[in-house]
Amino acid sequence: MHKAALMGASVIFASAFGGAALADVGACLITKTDTNPFFVKMKEGASAKAAEMGIALSTYAGKIDGDVETQIAAVESCIAAGAKGILITPSDSRALAPVVGKAREANILVIALDTPFEPADAADATFATDNFMAGEMIGKWAAAKMGDPAGAKIALLDLNPSEVSVDYLRDQGFLQGFGIDIKDPKDIGDEDDPRVVGHDVTNGNEEGGRTAMENLLQKDSGVNLVYTINEPAAAGAYEALKAVGLEHQALIVSVDGGCPGVQNVADGVIGATAMQFPLLMASNGIEAIAAYAADGTKPVNSEGLDFVNTGVTLVTDAPVEGLPSISSEEALHQCWG
Amino acid sequence: MGETAGSSVQNEPRGQDFEQVLGQSDARLARFEDRPPGLIAALQHGLHGNPTLVPVIVLVVAIAVFGLIAGGKFFSPFNLTLILQQVSIIGILAAAQSLIVLTAGIDLSVAAIMVLMSVIAGNLAVFMGVPTVLALLVAFAGGSAAGLMNGFFVTKVKLPPFITTLGTWSIFFALNLWLSGAQSIRSQDIDRNAPLLKFWGEGFAFFGARVTYGSLLMIAVFLVLWYLLNRTAWGRHVYAVGDDREAAELAGIQADRVLLSVYGLSGFVCAIAAWASIGRVGSISPQSFYEGNLQSITAVVVGGISLFGGRGSILGALFGALIVGVFQSGLRLANVDVLWQVFAIGWLIILAVAIDQWIRKVSR
Amino acid sequence: MSGQPILSARGLVKRYGRVTALDHADFELMPGEILAVIGDNGAGKTSLIKALCGAVQPDAGEIFLDGRLVRFASPREAQAAGIATVYQTLALSPALSIVDNMFMGREIRKPGLAGTLLRALDREAMRAFAREKLSDLGLMTIQNIDQPVETLSGGQRQGVAVARAAAFGSKVIILDEPTAALGVKESRRVLELILDVKARGIPIILISHNMPHVFEVADRIHVHRLGRRLCVIDPKTHTMSDAVAYMTGAKTPAGMEAA
Repeated sequence: MHKAALMGASVIFASAFGGAALADVGACLITKTDTNPFFVKMKEGASAKAAEMGIALSTYAGKIDGDVETQIAAVESCIAAGAKGILITPSDSRALAPVVGKAREANILVIALDTPFEPADAADATFATDNFMAGEMIGKWAAAKMGDPAGAKIALLDLNPSEVSVDYLRDQGFLQGFGIDIKDPKDIGDEDDPRVVGHDVTNGNEEGGRTAMENLLQKDSGVNLVYTINEPAAAGAYEALKAVGLEHQALIVSVDGGCPGVQNVADGVIGATAMQFPLLMASNGIEAIAAYAADGTKPVNSEGLDFVNTGVTLVTDAPVEGLPSISSEEALHQCWG
Repeated sequence: MGETAGSSVQNEPRGQDFEQVLGQSDARLARFEDRPPGLIAALQHGLHGNPTLVPVIVLVVAIAVFGLIAGGKFFSPFNLTLILQQVSIIGILAAAQSLIVLTAGIDLSVAAIMVLMSVIAGNLAVFMGVPTVLALLVAFAGGSAAGLMNGFFVTKVKLPPFITTLGTWSIFFALNLWLSGAQSIRSQDIDRNAPLLKFWGEGFAFFGARVTYGSLLMIAVFLVLWYLLNRTAWGRHVYAVGDDREAAELAGIQADRVLLSVYGLSGFVCAIAAWASIGRVGSISPQSFYEGNLQSITAVVVGGISLFGGRGSILGALFGALIVGVFQSGLRLANVDVLWQVFAIGWLIILAVAIDQWIRKVSR
Repeated sequence: MSGQPILSARGLVKRYGRVTALDHADFELMPGEILAVIGDNGAGKTSLIKALCGAVQPDAGEIFLDGRLVRFASPREAQAAGIATVYQTLALSPALSIVDNMFMGREIRKPGLAGTLLRALDREAMRAFAREKLSDLGLMTIQNIDQPVETLSGGQRQGVAVARAAAFGSKVIILDEPTAALGVKESRRVLELILDVKARGIPIILISHNMPHVFEVADRIHVHRLGRRLCVIDPKTHTMSDAVAYMTGAKTPAGMEAA
């Protein structure tokens, strides 16, 4: 049962100067893995903020994405340790809902980071990127950049066949932003606009990105706009285009804001990417726990959303009018990983 | 037999009376039962003698069928060579997997070894300024060592290959994430510092076809391994150990040494795949090929190599990989959803194993 | 019997925990003879044979081959010394061809660079040699030497295994229950094969439960009982009932009262 010992829980104690009043406040950060740079950055943000505010932070991580068991054991450890709040990126939005329910019964503030629970109100709050908005942003940018959206031939490189929420939100957001009728916003590939050449899956890595791009080029070699689920997939797509000499024909857009991705914007591989802020999710989370410990206030959702939007920023070296953006050079200071 | 030795039996003359009649019967010991076989039985026997025939037939039929359904796009030289490129990495992994499967083992760690070695070579050559050739040599040595580690646990500690490689899969994957920080090495950085790493991604074009050196490398790996397995004593010993380990040992084969060499070679082939994968993918990606082990097993099984060991030709795995590639390409060009591609490959596996079982019935 | 035994053993002891499988057992095989070893189940004849062929190492006692003291750490060593064993399981790889099986562990490589550098097998030489050996033993009705062993009948497989044992200059061949799994007709052929091998001057140790077969081909019969040699009898002067009686302890051979 006692998996905690195996997970190598690390505790970062409050520095002496910081709010001494909060020294007895404990918080937990439970990420999907502790190797993905996205979560590394998240941990960094939480640790720094916890040290600043004088909160004792314990961090846990699953072994791989989808490792529900380890995360459940971690939540149980946090309950047992009497933590005031838990920040968690659930590996499985449904499977972890019952155990965080137990934590909330024990008067612990539970905040989902990055990935919402199903239902979202299984947690007290969700701090996440608005993925639909991120997609919309790069869609609008692409439409403006191309000048003649009517002549677009669009390839969409998605995540995997399960069509999880981040996958359809970014994909459909992009299409909507570009000005295509998306029909059911939760269904990838139901649109009948002839400008859409097709969708394929990449598993979010370079190898998948390359193969998917090759496949869609087989359908229509005239592809001139490529949406990618994340920046590794974008890098793979670029390789496929380059192999057949089409890298200047097609514009690639992506989402994430990882440092190699931003570097690829600087190098002209990716036209634009929407950057998300894992560090902010975590530091906002710690602040919320501190507030809750002080007077019991809980975070309030962003307007019109069922979560707290931690923001998305467009990164491109070819800004278009009416769309605020930052340059890749600027973004390199903010990127994660 | 004991009853004939009962006390009622008196001292007999040479040969038994009741056996004298045998003298009038056909005394030939080694005569074939040439009963006219039915068409099905003849097919079964033919396939038994030539197990690679099934995947070859399936491949040809699949190409023909998809050619009809998906039309000229599928049949274009470009698409056919693209399939070759797309299967090249899984193909090389399937060659490594075949070696293990022929010894009645299974290796879940092939893709993890490959990715780990590509990350090691990449970090050394791209970020640490080590000459690329030296970085590659380190990767080859590392791949062989990783394979030998599997072999050590299988032969010396006597762990089942499945469990051993289930463990080392995790170990190698964790090392890979640790070394890479789960961060890809970008194509542009490789081009700048160690372009040789991407050699196998280059190639040449003719009549619209585009052949990469990586595709040719895959075929070369298969031909070399075929030679080793079929034309050297070592290869015969690999088959013998996989077929019936005890019999091979009684015949004087040192099974543990054979197995160790097989695992070591398999790891080496994974390192070759590592180099080829950098060319294929363009960048070095620690998150890629997470399911490469299962895909390699699929190719091996579809290629008619028996999971019970000792049967099948390694060339079968090449055809198996190509069949999977042809199915995926064909279904995609026929606008079939990804979901149903996965579904079709699943049936392909089950069909392949069922055929293997049916063919094996000949011997019993 | 005169002359020096080709293979002999003195005072072999083998214990497994509290069970004594060999209790100071002696053994002698003369050149050119067929010596049958019989004994009830559990009498220790398997342990005796395993000690002779290197599969187990005795706790005490000595084995002599051609008068020289030998000690085998493995069946491979015994094989190298010239003791070939045809196990009841035959130790053939069913999926491999007749040639592959005959040469298992003793493959011939091509002359020149192809053999030394590329390690290429000389498949033609191996086929020719296998064909020759099989014809010698009258087994050449096997047409296709490249066919997998599993497509052969039980008797044919036995033939291949015996041919393999006889082919590589063996001094002694041990046959473990060669007819146990065979039908009447095939047993007959295998017995003829055994006599063929003997006619080529190779002595044979035959382990069998089948008394008629033993009495038909053996020159002498070693009766094993309670972990040691009880007696050696001549099949011409003893009946099968005698042999069975000695084996089971129903009767004690003359001059052997001490046992």
